[in-house]
Amino acid sequence: MGDSFRRGLRLGVPYAAVATVLSMSFGVLAVQVGFTPLQAIATSALVFGGSAQFASLAIVGAGGGIPAALGAATLMHSRFLAMGIAMASSLKGGPLRRALEGQATVDSSWATGSRGDGTFDRGLVFGMTAPQYVGWVLGTAAGAYGGGLVGDPEALGLDALFPTFFIGILIADLRRPRARVAAVLGGAVALALVPFTPPGVPVLAASLGALVGLARPGARPAGEEAA
Amino acid sequence: MTLSETQVWVLIGALTLMGLLVKGIGPALVGGRALPRWASGVIAVMAPALLTALVLTAVLTDGRRLAAGADTVGVAVAALLLLRRAPLLVACLAAVVVTAGLRLLAG
Repeated sequence: MGDSFRRGLRLGVPYAAVATVLSMSFGVLAVQVGFTPLQAIATSALVFGGSAQFASLAIVGAGGGIPAALGAATLMHSRFLAMGIAMASSLKGGPLRRALEGQATVDSSWATGSRGDGTFDRGLVFGMTAPQYVGWVLGTAAGAYGGGLVGDPEALGLDALFPTFFIGILIADLRRPRARVAAVLGGAVALALVPFTPPGVPVLAASLGALVGLARPGARPAGEEAA
Repeated sequence: MTLSETQVWVLIGALTLMGLLVKGIGPALVGGRALPRWASGVIAVMAPALLTALVLTAVLTDGRRLAAGADTVGVAVAALLLLRRAPLLVACLAAVVVTAGLRLLAG
């Protein structure tokens, strides 16, 4: 666990840098919408989920109420339900301890921690998430209090960073043929649903693409040696 | 915003509970036993399925519309660089420069 954790910390640093910048824009937006700076920071510290936070902020900012904001955030968060189930048997301890450990689930850590054989490197996930959490909270504070100093993240092209990071993780995964099929199916399901479902649902539904893993039960996952 | 300061705190509380539940319920209910073989096969390929969906919905949608923008081009350039084994840092730099540059040109 110690080595995994340290490796995770190292791997998490670039993600933490991006998380800091993105959460600055959350802090700025939240205060613009009418949150107090403390409320903006509390949101990031307690919810710690970019897509859910931005989604609820957009709804509240547009004059929506608590149920609508909570609903949108829940849909954006729903992919973590699938990720949590996937990671469950790689976590330690009783149900409560595992539920607590599951809070470390964020996209990048979860995906990097996936060993490609159905198990997860738990220490690596914790290590990668730790700096991202710190960056996420500090960035929010900077944005909430120092709003005017931060440029527009979109004008700076920073929204292109997370997809690029995710592609970086994906390319390593895609050496396995079955992972390629899952990726194509997941992507197709998500894009097909975009016009018909609220944001968040397409990504959750993409987990259906992983059902390709049911094929040829008993066979070794193809390409395992490359992992 | 039509919410009062107290209502915002209520929202934050609700979001917190929701987050704890969504991330915690799978580990609490499903963990603690060895996985059947079929489940391992599915979980093994869940990361590529979800990551692809995250990338595509990030760069090819605008709300509920399918739409391409400057970030689509920036990320595509970065993806090509990564496929040609460029370092991640170079790909990120390209993604940001291309995306920001196109937005600047578009005004």
